[in-house]
Amino acid sequence: MKKVKADPKGVLSGSHYLDGDYAIAEGGLAAGCRFFAGYPITPSTETAERFSERIPSVGGVFIQMEDELASIAALIGAVWGGKKSMTVTSGPGFSLMMENIGLACMMETPLVIANVQRGGPSTGLPTLTGQQDMMQVRWGSHGDYKIIALSPDSPQECFDLTIEAFNLSEIYRVPTFVMTDECVGHMHEKVVIPPAEEIELVERKWYTGPKDQYLPYKNDKDMIPFMIKIGDGYRFHTTGLTHDERGYPVINAECQDVCVRHLNDKITMNADKIIRLEEDEIDNAEIIVISYGITSRVTTRAVRQARKAGIKVGTIRLITVWPFPEKRINELAKKVKAFVVPEINYGQMVLEVERCAAGQTPTVHVPHCGGWVHDPDDILKAIKEAAK
Amino acid sequence: MVHFGNLKPKKGKIHIEKDMCKGCAFCVEYCPKDVLELSEEFNVKGYHPPVVIKEDDCLYCQLCETICPEFAIFVTLKEEEEEGEKGESRP
Amino acid sequence: MKKDNPTKKQNPITDLLRMDRIPHIWCPGCGIGTVLTSFAEALRKSEIDLDKVAVLSGIGCTGRVAGYVKMDSIHTTHGRAVPVATGVKLANPEMKVVVFSGDGDISGIGGNHFIHAARRNMDIMIICVNNFNYAMTGGQVAATTPKGANASTAPYGNFEYSFNLPYLAEASGATYVARWTALHLRRVTKSIQEALGKRGFSFIEVITPCVTLYARRNRLGDGLNLLKYYHEKSEIQHGADTRTVDISYQGKLIVGKFVDIDKPTFLDCMNEHLGKVLGDKYQPYGVNND
Ligand SMILES: Cc1ncc(C[n+]2csc(CCOP(=O)(O)OP(=O)(O)O)c2C)c(N)n1
Ligand code: SF4
Ligand code: SF4
Ligand code: SF4
Ligand SMILES: [Mg+2]
Repeated sequence: MKKVKADPKGVLSGSHYLDGDYAIAEGGLAAGCRFFAGYPITPSTETAERFSERIPSVGGVFIQMEDELASIAALIGAVWGGKKSMTVTSGPGFSLMMENIGLACMMETPLVIANVQRGGPSTGLPTLTGQQDMMQVRWGSHGDYKIIALSPDSPQECFDLTIEAFNLSEIYRVPTFVMTDECVGHMHEKVVIPPAEEIELVERKWYTGPKDQYLPYKNDKDMIPFMIKIGDGYRFHTTGLTHDERGYPVINAECQDVCVRHLNDKITMNADKIIRLEEDEIDNAEIIVISYGITSRVTTRAVRQARKAGIKVGTIRLITVWPFPEKRINELAKKVKAFVVPEINYGQMVLEVERCAAGQTPTVHVPHCGGWVHDPDDILKAIKEAAK
Repeated sequence: MVHFGNLKPKKGKIHIEKDMCKGCAFCVEYCPKDVLELSEEFNVKGYHPPVVIKEDDCLYCQLCETICPEFAIFVTLKEEEEEGEKGESRP
Repeated sequence: MKKDNPTKKQNPITDLLRMDRIPHIWCPGCGIGTVLTSFAEALRKSEIDLDKVAVLSGIGCTGRVAGYVKMDSIHTTHGRAVPVATGVKLANPEMKVVVFSGDGDISGIGGNHFIHAARRNMDIMIICVNNFNYAMTGGQVAATTPKGANASTAPYGNFEYSFNLPYLAEASGATYVARWTALHLRRVTKSIQEALGKRGFSFIEVITPCVTLYARRNRLGDGLNLLKYYHEKSEIQHGADTRTVDISYQGKLIVGKFVDIDKPTFLDCMNEHLGKVLGDKYQPYGVNND
């Protein structure tokens, strides 16, 4: 893995007062994103607007496409053309992107998609928050594949995690998602952008061997194949069909087995390296509240009150949502009385918690159908209930 | 036929990759000089590939080469082979 | 790969094709291979640096072209080759970007991308193999199926109006528009060569026999019959008003070069406009920074 310093051209160093959407755009620019294709959709549009304003003086392209199918398609083309690329969207647009997210996974194309979630289904609540695409991001395209998804809880983290998303996408050659929501996207807070030389970026895994020996899908020791870019004379082929090391289609069960296992295993086997959690007072906890994104901030208040009431509550904030921290949850399930999982949906990540708890401890869900964040009292009530 | 200047009529040598052919007869049908004919023989895929019946009549027009959907037939310039580099370049 | 004796002459097209993937999947008598040969011939004649040509396609029989050319090539999803090509071009403006596409791919599922790329005058070339149906999935009715023709999902005949693709392309902003039949070998080659030499959105429609499905279902004979039939029915009218070139079932096929104009491309417009508005702050894109 080759690390490089950020190009100062894209880095707006200093202390700013930004909303989450803008911070995502700044994170992208700092990470070296020089191609942005998007389609307006509330509450994500500000990211696209910021890109359109900033990228001309950084040396890149912004293009507003005809729809989200085109946005993700253009990203794939631009990445194979050699650029770091990203887009941003919300529910309906995210749904439209699904087919080509699968293509990006199949072709092992590193790119970043931010989803500023709103309430669904369908047009739902365009201007109000939700965390209802957490399963879609994992399973939304057809077939078996794995992606990486991060969930920021503040504008500062929108900036930081967008950079991290680019780094992870390049390391594992996989679409990586910044799963934020309307609240964080539209929340204004202080965002500190460090000097370029303090921002560490992962360079694309460029192939440098002899041209005639390049195989686009031959795994390196770390399971990740080398990449090249269009126009460098490799005359390579890539396809959404099940393919061999040469990138040539092979339509049979054996090749499918190798191909699909690889797409999944490269994430599963590196999960420990990818996963980031923020744990608090876990050691003696009898209850652990697991949350992510904006809900973690609401949870903080409920937890403070629960502790005041004498309940031993620990918290886990999922910074990485996918891959899910299976091992850690399973391990903790042996020790605690219950998990409490508040999230702004009718039951998504809680299913993972339940799966990993594997019957060792109960899991209490605190649903919210979207439109606003939880009332901390509801979370508190659930904690108290679980502690009984 | 009228030949301008010192341009001699060109002669072609036809190369057929029999086993690549799928016997569609495009080449046979569109050869302006009826140089080709589908053979009785079967290739490995079970199709009748063309055979050259009148190579001397071949004009080196390369129509057969361009029309063949299987890239199974192509033509080279005869002089080129017989007289080395003196032959004209491809049209 | 064929173990040919090294002194044996090689078909010159082998330099442009992935011979380790030939034979291709197309049916005997299918015209797609012929169009591919014309494309290869055009590339050879134009002496373009093949390292700087990218070929993209969507899904379909025609969509398989990207897998056979020995150039940078991406086999994308159904209908999405044009926006992927847009990304390739914008990331790497020195590339000649060619989309090889079926009629269903370009004008059905991908219709929106097609008109928008034309509107922007994106510098890409589209070669559309129009076989009047969705061939790969078994001959279903398409946006190009002429009224009255039969298709597997129009078993009583198609009663919908069909697209006139050259008109659609021109109206959307294409700078080069031509239509030929697959049998117009030299003309297809010449059109592709011309489009390769141009900057801007170019669209070349090639009416091509689908022997196995369209021809059989409509009892139009084999590939040979159909190739000949399309050719005979065609009438060359260069510069024809594209409004008049729609195709009716078994009717006349107006072919020729309909549009050949010059206007600034997407990137030209972007660089010019942003340069003017932003002055020194603007970093001209794709000019020297690549
Ligand atoms: C999203 C999606 N819908 C449907 C299909 C199935 N499909 C594959 S090829 C094809 C039609 C192709 O028709 P056309 O573009 O005209 O190409 P042809 O096979 O005729 O060359 C369809 C509908 C698909 N692959 N993807
Ligand atoms: S080159 Fe022309 S004349 Fe010669 S065999 Fe081919 S089609 Fe016939
Ligand atoms: S055109 Fe090609 S495939 Fe068809 S008969 Fe001739 S050599 Fe065979
Ligand atoms: S189905 Fe039709 S278009 Fe497809 S390969 Fe066969 S003849 Fe060609
Ligand atoms: Mg078709």
